[in-house]
Amino acid sequence: MSVGVVVFPGSNCDRDVRWASEGCLGIPTRYLWHEERDLSGLDAVVLPGGFSYGDYLRCGAIARFAPVLESLVEFAGNGGRVLGICNGFQVLTELGLLPGALTRNRNLHFICEDAPLEIASGRTPWMQGRQAGERLTLPIAHGEGRYQCTDDTLKQLQDDDAIAFRYVDNPNGSVADIAGITNASGNVLGLMPHPERACDATTGGIDGRPLIQALLA
Amino acid sequence: MTVPRYQARVLVNLRPSVLDPAGEATRSAASRLGVDGVGKLRIGKAVELELEAPDEQEARRRLELLSDRLLANPVIENWTLELQQA
Repeated sequence: MSVGVVVFPGSNCDRDVRWASEGCLGIPTRYLWHEERDLSGLDAVVLPGGFSYGDYLRCGAIARFAPVLESLVEFAGNGGRVLGICNGFQVLTELGLLPGALTRNRNLHFICEDAPLEIASGRTPWMQGRQAGERLTLPIAHGEGRYQCTDDTLKQLQDDDAIAFRYVDNPNGSVADIAGITNASGNVLGLMPHPERACDATTGGIDGRPLIQALLA
Repeated sequence: MTVPRYQARVLVNLRPSVLDPAGEATRSAASRLGVDGVGKLRIGKAVELELEAPDEQEARRRLELLSDRLLANPVIENWTLELQQA
């Protein structure tokens, strides 16, 4: 049972994720360089935060063509668990594994603060049995986290019960206060907040632990 | 026989329904500069490129693929293509 963390040129939360999974929770974790294609032996893959390929063109637009992501599409199609955090969420939308897009924050600021969140759906295993309506607090740190989608896509997300997290106090202008979504089958989760930064009690609390634990649950 | 060369410019703009906070900030800076009367202001991108292709139809086909799949994100952006033989 182990987890892979993709490392793109420009990723900067890859080590934080590994500290959370392996250092705090004892989950065997290995890095996946963006040119790798071999995901054998992995139960879950994390796309970490950062600025993949400098975020040139659009956030996640170049990363989408990384060799490792060809394997990831197949991995996700076979039901493998995929967690995209911040830039990882942006990559998942560019890749088409999740609908919608993430755009410049409404107030143009890079926002770095703790964000109270509401669990919008307890449907998927990511929530570890927690119920819709329960709250947790995770750090956010992004300049382009304003979730956008068409009305049809929003309706589809609602029909699929695929909105995973909402902001209690929407910081960036996201449609419907969306902070994170899953795909219809629930094995792929993307969110702007950083659960890996809330796994060590000495630095930032432990509200993020269930999401990291859920990689292997 | 030389392969024809084309010059293209792809203009990428946010869809009208998508808020453009950077455009709004620029518009308010315009009034601080003392330039009055600036109405709507939206910021996009211009991508200029050169392409070799057997004919214009094929050049257009490749550029449309490129624009749809890489240069623009159709969820939030529209694009237009200007093409001429070099």
